[in-house]
Amino acid sequence: MIGDVFAYLVFFLVIALTYALACLGLNLQWGFTGLFNVGVAGFVAVGAYTSAILTAPANPERLGGVAWPIAAGWVGAALATGAVALGVGLVTMRFRHDYLAISTFGIAVTIQLLATNLVGLTGGPFGIHGVPRPFADVVASPLGRNVVYLVVVVVLVGAVYAGLERLVRSPWGRVLRGLREDEAAAAALGKSPATFRLQAFTIGAMVMGLAGAVYAHFVGFVAPEDFLPILTFQVWTMLVVGGAGNNRGAVVGALVVWALWSASGGALAAILPHALQARGAALQTVLIGAGLAAVLLVRPRGLCGEETVVSPHAVAE
Amino acid sequence: MIGLQDVANGVMLGATIGLGAVGLTLTYSILGFANFAHGELITGGAYAALTLFWLLAATVGWGVGHFGALSFGAPFLVVLAAAMLLTAALAIGLEQALFRPLRRRGTQIVLVIASFGASLALRSLITFVWGPEPQYYTREISIAREVLPGVRVTADQLFVLALTTGLMLALHLLLTRTTLGRAMRAASENPALLALTGIDPAAVARWTCLIGGGLAAVAGVFLGLTVQVRPLLGFELLLPLFAAVILGGVGSVYGALAGSLVIGLAEALSVPLVGAEYRAAVAFVVLLAVLVIRPAGIAGGRE
Repeated sequence: MIGDVFAYLVFFLVIALTYALACLGLNLQWGFTGLFNVGVAGFVAVGAYTSAILTAPANPERLGGVAWPIAAGWVGAALATGAVALGVGLVTMRFRHDYLAISTFGIAVTIQLLATNLVGLTGGPFGIHGVPRPFADVVASPLGRNVVYLVVVVVLVGAVYAGLERLVRSPWGRVLRGLREDEAAAAALGKSPATFRLQAFTIGAMVMGLAGAVYAHFVGFVAPEDFLPILTFQVWTMLVVGGAGNNRGAVVGALVVWALWSASGGALAAILPHALQARGAALQTVLIGAGLAAVLLVRPRGLCGEETVVSPHAVAE
Repeated sequence: MIGLQDVANGVMLGATIGLGAVGLTLTYSILGFANFAHGELITGGAYAALTLFWLLAATVGWGVGHFGALSFGAPFLVVLAAAMLLTAALAIGLEQALFRPLRRRGTQIVLVIASFGASLALRSLITFVWGPEPQYYTREISIAREVLPGVRVTADQLFVLALTTGLMLALHLLLTRTTLGRAMRAASENPALLALTGIDPAAVARWTCLIGGGLAAVAGVFLGLTVQVRPLLGFELLLPLFAAVILGGVGSVYGALAGSLVIGLAEALSVPLVGAEYRAAVAFVVLLAVLVIRPAGIAGGRE
């Protein structure tokens, strides 16, 4: 019994921390820079597919299958997602925020279409199976492998967290917040809005791509329906609940929302009559959607909220 | 090879997109945000009609009926009107319970996030209640006739086109000849000034939701009639809707109509070229091209 609980806890934490990575990426884009990205699922998908294509064993029906080491797959995932974001950003970074939202939504739809239809690269609707799981040859038991994976993910989230904290507290991070609050003022100080936005958008997307790769190697396969708009929505809910503009909030939000999501899934499975079980996932989404609306109405700052930063040079009145 | 039939299909598709896009462009400019839940109003209208057909069949034994070459009859028109009212009520409910409180304290972006959440929640609720399987109003088949050499359309499609034209004419008269229409146009130009004249902006917003919801319901019922009723019906139309609205310039009803025609034709004409599987991306490519070349839309529009 205790073993089961432990095994579930490990599984839960790996998934929740994978979401936390995507949420940290979105936080750099939205929380600090005010970039409204509604295409999170698309960027996560690019990372997941890139790593899967680079590391999966050869398959005569698909390109890729070069069976690279997993670490190379992860680096490749971040780079490929960064490249896609750079291309997208070059076109979209000068759009108004609502147009940016609509455009990124369209990008996610397009990436979804490509994943479903480029059968020779992505395996089409069936996706890519046999994505290697790290340490498979070192650790024999599945639980042991999950524990090792959890350690890797914790280290990775910690490193990304530390890196992002450094970035947003640097002069570069101050420019991002300045752009978010008052673009004209920041531009008047000689900061090019388009350049800084493009940098933040690309770095944030690379973190999302990394999250996709981490996910792919944990579950062992990728398929188009893993990257539906609901994923975007989950990551957004996590960030809004945790507190946009606060990296700690992004991680806390991911843990809290994923806990609520899992708990509501379990509760619905217990409550719903047998005939409605298959539709339980839809009801779960309704609950989370209503929850997001409630948080926006009642506590728009989220659980953690952004820190108020005052310049050390400011003179108290 | 592109034929006249593709052009006819594009016009038909453009008419349906237009019904959604006109409502979306009105709410976009008058309520002041990009409403991602507009697609679910379309889906909601389609399912409201489906449920009303069931109720009619179960209580008074009405079928969909049929009239002449159409695959439906008078009961269909009753159901259509009722579905419009129900969907308008849903749109007003969303506005009152979610968007208005958020508009008072938040920014435009918070509204867009909330509408994204509302869209997913509504879509999931529809899937939960009615199930994910596609459904049909009627098993009758509307037979396509040749109206021009090489162009076949069904009587249902012609009816859809005629009713859409009628509704757009009515909307034109409403916007240009009535106090409400003038108030709506004023609300999109300058809400503060409108409030000074003693007109309640909240009432104008409710009327806008009513019109947007009603037109979305018509689009949903038509899609249900000519294609099928599915939970993703409206959501899959969202990109074409936004593309049409931005192409025409946000707030411009005639621009949205012209934009819808362009998007409908672009989708229908591109199918022989890029294949049906990438059709959903066509509207997006047009949208990107418009935003890059003319960020304020072809028909002008305001920043």
